[in-house]
Amino acid sequence: MQKIMVCIKRVVDYNVRIRVKPDGSGVMLDGVKMSVNPFDEIALEESLRIKERGTNIEVVAVSIGIADTQQQLRTALAMGADRAILVQTDTPVEPLTAAQTFLALAKKENPDLIFLGKQAIDDDANQTGQMLAAIWDRPQATYASKVEISGNKASVTREVDAGLETIEVDLPAVVTVDLRLNEPRYVKLPDIMKAKKKPLDVTSLDALGVSAGVLLKTVKTEPPAQRQKGVMVKDVAELVDVLKKKGLI
Amino acid sequence: MHKVLIVGEHDGKALNPATAKCVTCASGIPDSEITIVLLGADTAAVAAQAAAVAGVKSVLRVDRPENEHPLAAIFAPQLAALAADYTHVFGPSTSFGKDLMPRVAALLGAPQVSDLMAVEGAYRFRRPTYAGNAIVTVEADSARKLIATVRVASFEAAKSGGNAAVESKTIGVTLPSHTRYVGAKSGSTDRPDLQTAKRVVSGGRALGSAENFKLLLSLADKIGAAVGASRAAVDAGYAPNEMQVGQTGKIISPDIYIAIGISGAIQHLTGIKDARTIVAINKDGEAPIFEVADVGLVGDLFQIVPELERLVGG
Repeated sequence: MQKIMVCIKRVVDYNVRIRVKPDGSGVMLDGVKMSVNPFDEIALEESLRIKERGTNIEVVAVSIGIADTQQQLRTALAMGADRAILVQTDTPVEPLTAAQTFLALAKKENPDLIFLGKQAIDDDANQTGQMLAAIWDRPQATYASKVEISGNKASVTREVDAGLETIEVDLPAVVTVDLRLNEPRYVKLPDIMKAKKKPLDVTSLDALGVSAGVLLKTVKTEPPAQRQKGVMVKDVAELVDVLKKKGLI
Repeated sequence: MHKVLIVGEHDGKALNPATAKCVTCASGIPDSEITIVLLGADTAAVAAQAAAVAGVKSVLRVDRPENEHPLAAIFAPQLAALAADYTHVFGPSTSFGKDLMPRVAALLGAPQVSDLMAVEGAYRFRRPTYAGNAIVTVEADSARKLIATVRVASFEAAKSGGNAAVESKTIGVTLPSHTRYVGAKSGSTDRPDLQTAKRVVSGGRALGSAENFKLLLSLADKIGAAVGASRAAVDAGYAPNEMQVGQTGKIISPDIYIAIGISGAIQHLTGIKDARTIVAINKDGEAPIFEVADVGLVGDLFQIVPELERLVGG
């Protein structure tokens, strides 16, 4: 194990209340707090823990996005990544384009492992890791809640609908992480200062030979249908009464 | 004509009810012809169940020893090869489908609509983003194949009564050996399945301990309900991960959802928006769960739950 690549997305912070623009053209992003996608933070934390257990493992954080995405990569560097690469583009990329971009980076970097969050909390697509594994022609272990590396293999416990499932994959492989894999560390001030000196390269889709296609066009964005506010009952007897009247119990 | 291939989910014995929901979704595509494909070591029993789903034209069995466990790296190349004859390939938005379908899409260079919640045309769909806080309408180019995971909470299961032709299929693709199934640990239970249950009782952090969480199990058993949990309760170790309901857990649509000691974080509400009736029991009258609840009761759950169990017994 020599190198881990972690893919990071800049997203609207998970605490922000999402508002749809009145003209239906998207969600309001002006002046909204942006953060590292929480699942990607867990992916980075896992990379750092593997690095700390091993010797001479390099962790490279990569992202695709606007120039300001450097802020999220600096956060990754402050957490402990060794260097970072931003593929700068002003247009949002679809999961398949993101996968093609990460593949181009993987071909340059030759990582033993690529970590990503299982989904980004903006588009909730849950596609990029699987797509990357497919076109890289390598194993995928999605929704990881435990990752154990031994030699050129990884044993990954996955959170699936029925419970937990364990698979073994040969490296290199793509691992996407779930919530309970770990708890990401807090960034300390001295680390933020140190991160400013770490290398952050900026490249472009063109330079990597990737053309951003639009396979799915978003034609409209709407707020969800709201539920009607219901009734409050005063005690259990009244609750049971209401439920019986509705034929629910 | 639009030829829709649905990837059936099963455990070798039973067809997962999510598959019949995918059939309902696919039947909304204009002029559609629906095929279910089953990959497994021996899919004979499951194929009979799939053939009985109304609206299905044919069922394809792809039996080979390598297909015993649903590994995306093994299934995807077979499905990509099979997709040549179809315009659309759908799978359920379960952990099985979410793992598998993007791998199929990428092999085909095709776009995927994740969590498809409504069909507006053969290549026009609605899906949730931002934890369900923004619903987008997307359009794809009909020149490409369209892959989708179907948000099962948005569709009723297709009825039975069908009589589709069953055909065994051999797909001549070489399969990788780099991914191996080791084992599974499931909280096997006699309770109804959370994703398809008509009634769900769900608990949050206010339960306080795994021991206290048993209060809910007892109530659930009394009314024949499945048991769910908030992320906070799962993180705290009160309930296992497969019980988690919400943006990153299960999205469910029961007739009745009883939320006990759940404050109602937006990520949790995403998972229960399609419940017909939401009942909230919480000691904090200001909890956001009451904003979406059809019936709310403010009070101490440790008194309310046992009393509720007693009163619904009649």
